[in-house]
Amino acid sequence: MRSPDPAIAPIAPADPMAVVSYRVRRLKRETDDTFTLELQPRNGAGSMDFAPGQFNMVYVFGVGEIPISISGDPAKPTTLLHTTREVGAVTRAMRKLKVGDLLGVRGPFGSPWPIAEIRGSDVVIVAGGIGLAPLRSALYRILSRREQYGRVVLLYGARTPADILYRRELEQWRARFDLEVYATVDRAMSGWRGNVGVVTTLIARAPFDARNAAALVCGPEVMMRFTVQELLKRGVSPQAIHLSMERNMKCAIGFCGHCQFGPVFVCKDGPVFRYDRVKDWLVKWEV
Amino acid sequence: MSNTVFQPDRCAILERKDFPRLIEALSAKGYRVVGPMVHDGAIVYDELQSADNLPAGWTDEQDGGSYRLKRRSDAALFGHVVGPHSLKKFLHQPETRLWRAGHSAGRMEVLPEDETPSKLAFVGVRSCDLHAMAILDKVLMGGDYVDPGYQRSRQQVFVVAVNCGQPGGTCFCSSMNTGPRATFGFDLALTEVIQNGTHHFVVEVGTERGAQVLSEVPHRPARDKERQTAVSLVARAADQMGRTLDTAGIKELLYRNHEHPRWDDVAARCLTCANCTMVCPTCFCSTVEEVTDLTGRQVERRQKWDSCFTMDFSYIHGGSVRASAKSRYRQWLTHKLATWLDQFGTSGCVGCGRCITWCPVGIDITEEVRAIRQSDGATLAKE
Amino acid sequence: MKTKTMEELLAESAFFKDLAPADRRMLAGCGRNVVFKPGEYVFHEGEVSNQFHLLRAGKVALEIRVPGRGAIILQTVQESEVLGWTWMVPPYRKQYDARAVELTRAIVFDGACIRKKCQEDPRLGYEFFKRFAVVIAQRLSAMRLQLLDLYAKP
Repeated sequence: MRSPDPAIAPIAPADPMAVVSYRVRRLKRETDDTFTLELQPRNGAGSMDFAPGQFNMVYVFGVGEIPISISGDPAKPTTLLHTTREVGAVTRAMRKLKVGDLLGVRGPFGSPWPIAEIRGSDVVIVAGGIGLAPLRSALYRILSRREQYGRVVLLYGARTPADILYRRELEQWRARFDLEVYATVDRAMSGWRGNVGVVTTLIARAPFDARNAAALVCGPEVMMRFTVQELLKRGVSPQAIHLSMERNMKCAIGFCGHCQFGPVFVCKDGPVFRYDRVKDWLVKWEV
Repeated sequence: MSNTVFQPDRCAILERKDFPRLIEALSAKGYRVVGPMVHDGAIVYDELQSADNLPAGWTDEQDGGSYRLKRRSDAALFGHVVGPHSLKKFLHQPETRLWRAGHSAGRMEVLPEDETPSKLAFVGVRSCDLHAMAILDKVLMGGDYVDPGYQRSRQQVFVVAVNCGQPGGTCFCSSMNTGPRATFGFDLALTEVIQNGTHHFVVEVGTERGAQVLSEVPHRPARDKERQTAVSLVARAADQMGRTLDTAGIKELLYRNHEHPRWDDVAARCLTCANCTMVCPTCFCSTVEEVTDLTGRQVERRQKWDSCFTMDFSYIHGGSVRASAKSRYRQWLTHKLATWLDQFGTSGCVGCGRCITWCPVGIDITEEVRAIRQSDGATLAKE
Repeated sequence: MKTKTMEELLAESAFFKDLAPADRRMLAGCGRNVVFKPGEYVFHEGEVSNQFHLLRAGKVALEIRVPGRGAIILQTVQESEVLGWTWMVPPYRKQYDARAVELTRAIVFDGACIRKKCQEDPRLGYEFFKRFAVVIAQRLSAMRLQLLDLYAKP
């Protein structure tokens, strides 16, 4: 399913069950427990078109398969980038991979950030922790069509200064005149000259017009809930707020049932959801 | 396929003595014939070698947490209702291999699976199970993606349905509008009639294919009176259901009672044993696992049934999203009767009663809904 | 460029602009401009709390010194925000160190004097407590989220 502009509309893989071999071109350590895999198709040719916000099922031979957001530039589909944390058996196995090793990739899957629909409005991107990974793709895309958007603001919260992702890129973005970048950490040692406080504290003062703004939010669920409250307080419309949800997945195509969140399947109805679609379920416990 | 009751031009009589010929005709056509038989104290679905395997003269007595086989006073072949198996056992198998792969010299080679479609003939399918099959068709083939394994199994299924003359103790298909009469999805539908010394089947033809098979079996046109007997038998069954479930506004009812104290009540009884999900004909959840050999160079990816009652069914980093038994029971019931509607446009429940019968503690889905409805909007009392 | 009067500055600040002009005038009388160089302490943990600051520019870090772990920044406060609410509640003691991270301009207010005036004029007291209650609530809420340590390894 190809669309005229692949980086906007969702792409579905030709065969959703087929695992395609990719080779590790680079494994970059981002923080002490987070790393980025840079992948290329095994035989060197080909690319994976994707829309920002989509994810792949990444497979370590004999160990298992997990969903990881694509965090690269949709305009450069020959290199596939996946940033992930070491949290379980599969990611632990991934961490030990060497350049040249093989991985299996199935995808891309899922609903993307509504990059086209939000043209003409200010864009507030709120990222918490590794939530910056799927939002980075969105930002690349928005910056490549910068004139189509109003003010663009990135609000990013990390745990400590050592946990800041994509540091060099953040500094480059901060240096641009057409992008505002505010970062904060939950905790820092004396000597840190940036902000300290949760990312939600950045929202009240961020420079954007709430009445004509769209928000793209990704991070831990609690962080997203509080972020939405702050955005609503500022006057952003609930229909203009988009979240990226996360759940465990086995199939990524709506058959295994694991990723259900109330009436939606995070793998195929999401992972990106408009806030008003999921708001009643976000406040329920153990959904 | 006609929905009108027992149309004259599509009705025939098959005598009991000729019934085995039906099974023979299907086998001769290359079908693997699956039907009910007695095994381990229950009536299960398995491959039939002949009509002799059918549970003639047996019936089942079912209630919450209870299933017993009893001898009938007659020799009815289908004088029972559904057991712990459903067609899901054959169409969406408990365990299946998705693919095999070898890993060596920097390459991963995936070996394709045998794609020969199976040819299954199901004999004795109840209306509830026909609806369940249609529901699984929607889930596994009706969306953007198609489950290839299910599609392969489903392709050449021949269905001989049976209209229930006597519903079971836990049945409530009437409430769910899924029976007792089979109205679609069959090639042939049988209503077993034993009276006044006769024992025959009133056969309804559902498809061309069904007519073709019937033509190879001795039969004769049904007389009006014979048709009427079948009509009243099935109509009577509709009024004898063991359970009822009020489905009016059930989705909104369950959505707004997410914190109803009844969930705590049922959680105190539920063992999260997952029996209900295994016997339910529409539960489709599965998991996938990698199985390697000792060298680590060959791997098989296998798909297996899974259940939302397991602790780690739904998790994010940090732990299970549904840690409590309460949340897992609530997830199952709410999915089956409410969110399924939003996902697939129909209820997920066909009123077969299996979950009630096979729950070791006899939790009754109709009872739970009734209790919530009766105190709609209740919350835990403040202490 | 005309330097703004204290009253004009307060009228522009989000925090005080809705105060009645008479109250603002009183408040202006209790305030004066201060500047902190990068690294300079605004106040120390344990000091008597008789002042609060309204930041006009710059950034102040609230720190606490934990033996064996060093000085940890709990929160940063920046322009247009108020620093300090312990002047309003007994035992009127600073709970943290506050240190300017960069060049910081602020207005410092005589909290003891304002406390006395609030005591005499409960209406004025209500106006202050109303505003500071919001600050405390926001800090509490943000602090709780920080406490959850949401980005931590599970």
